[in-house]
Amino acid sequence: MAEQAHASPKTKNNKIGAFLSSKKVVPYIFVLPFFLSFSILTLYPAINGIIMSFRQILPGVVENVGFENYARVFNLNFYDALWNTVIYVFWTTMLLTVVPMLLAIFLNSKTIKLKTIFRASLFVPALTSTIVGGMIFRLMFSESSSAIGNQLMSLIGLGPIEWRYSAITAMFLMVVLAFWRWTGVNLLYYLAALQNISESLYEQADIDGASAWDKLRLITIPHLKPITVFVSTITIINGFRMFEESFVYWEATSPGNIGLTIVGYIYQQGVGQNDLGFGAAIGVVLMIIIFIISTIYLGITGTFGKGNNK
Amino acid sequence: MSKKKSLMILANVAFGIIALIALFPIIALIISSFQPSSVLMRQGLSFSIDFSQLSLDNYRFIFTEADNYWTWYTNSLIISSITIVTSVFFSCMVGYALAVYEFKGKNLFFVCVLLIMMIPFEILMLPLYELMATLRLTDTYIAVVLPLVVAPVAVFFFRQYALGLPLELMDAARIDGSNEYGIFFKIMFPLMGPSLAAMAILQGLAAWNNFLWPLLVLRSNDMFTLPIGLATLLTPYGNNYDVLIAGSVLTIIPIVILFILFQKYFVAGLTSGGVKG
Repeated sequence: MAEQAHASPKTKNNKIGAFLSSKKVVPYIFVLPFFLSFSILTLYPAINGIIMSFRQILPGVVENVGFENYARVFNLNFYDALWNTVIYVFWTTMLLTVVPMLLAIFLNSKTIKLKTIFRASLFVPALTSTIVGGMIFRLMFSESSSAIGNQLMSLIGLGPIEWRYSAITAMFLMVVLAFWRWTGVNLLYYLAALQNISESLYEQADIDGASAWDKLRLITIPHLKPITVFVSTITIINGFRMFEESFVYWEATSPGNIGLTIVGYIYQQGVGQNDLGFGAAIGVVLMIIIFIISTIYLGITGTFGKGNNK
Repeated sequence: MSKKKSLMILANVAFGIIALIALFPIIALIISSFQPSSVLMRQGLSFSIDFSQLSLDNYRFIFTEADNYWTWYTNSLIISSITIVTSVFFSCMVGYALAVYEFKGKNLFFVCVLLIMMIPFEILMLPLYELMATLRLTDTYIAVVLPLVVAPVAVFFFRQYALGLPLELMDAARIDGSNEYGIFFKIMFPLMGPSLAAMAILQGLAAWNNFLWPLLVLRSNDMFTLPIGLATLLTPYGNNYDVLIAGSVLTIIPIVILFILFQKYFVAGLTSGGVKG
């Protein structure tokens, strides 16, 4: 804006005012908060994270160590964390797509009365924090034989279990917590998608004499594909980000790493051991894993190129 | 017909049971918050409850002696309020600009929004933590709130919503001599009311339940938010179970009330990202 630099001091304020509220500049001012937060709080940390991952950062001493952090990443603890995370992602993705889908299909049919109340009751768990929810499950599945989990076990004729101390039950506890908190949310996604399916498709099918099963198989399920891709992608990514569901049962360290997740490992090493460079390297590896898996997943489900999911 | 009717009843009963199972942990928590904490510590949450032992003791204790708890509560309220106001206001501004204006770099900005939505925060948290330490912001409200000030999900949501705003109103206002800020604050911002409510609730919920980031940057007990504070009470010794249990109930109640009052906004806010657009 060269001409403004020559403006006389008197009109300068006015000119700046006019400049700032001109239609060309206003959008940039509106976008400014995002630009600042993106540069300072996303772009800078992202770049810095990559730089940090090549460094050893100790109080007062920072030195470049090349790929040493990355060489250390692939150790037994990391494999434990990766294995737990993958298993957790598998179970949560299975349960949190199939169950909410089925519930939504039933709930959307004319058979079910009191829809709002059912929908709301299933959603209420999502309102609790993972910490509060996890604490409830921790108390329900405590070691005591009179806790709910063990009471149910004795009901089917089995003895009390130390839920938090063996690998299978530990995974069960984490998956159940996530399943309980997220089913209601995913149910809402499916209900919204079901309401978008045009009623006339079903009317046409009725005229053609289709059975309820045919309608489900040929109309409902295919129309739910985009939302299923959306829900499962989010669940997979959230699964790889999982931390709290483990922290609430075992804090930072679990017996035999049964509750260790990748983010938990980042926290343990980066914050607990104060080894920021190593923690950053695990973060970069996690980013690469998530990127590869979501690309493969979206490729398999045919989301690229069709532009039908967003 | 009667066979169909009995099937219908069966389906409704089944759904009733499912709803009860979903609500059961919360009901169990509320009931046991009236139990002596020593019993809870010894037997966990149990089906066998001695109803003669129920009392208000835990709540009496939390309201009279658990000063820490109320410090956390206040911190959570302050942090959530700041987050709601800043994130809804700024995200709305950004989303609005991306929807109604044509300007250079617009698509790049939008791609960046989508990009942040996809980069998990956990990957950025260590460098961010280092940044906060360098700026000497650790253990402050600012450190907790900063990463939430502009929420990419909310920007995306507001953009989708603003695409449906009546743009004729803007031209009419320009002819009347209103400038662009006037158009936004006096005309468009109020028109976005329902979407503002939806995002306020979702951002508030996220801030209220936020855990990992506050856990990193908050150091001292009197800066803790509720989830962090409650997590410190989860010791195997059970010496704090009175505050833990009654305190958990008291953190859920405001959210549940909010949910019951604004259910439709909750639904709108959640489903907009995935289904529309």
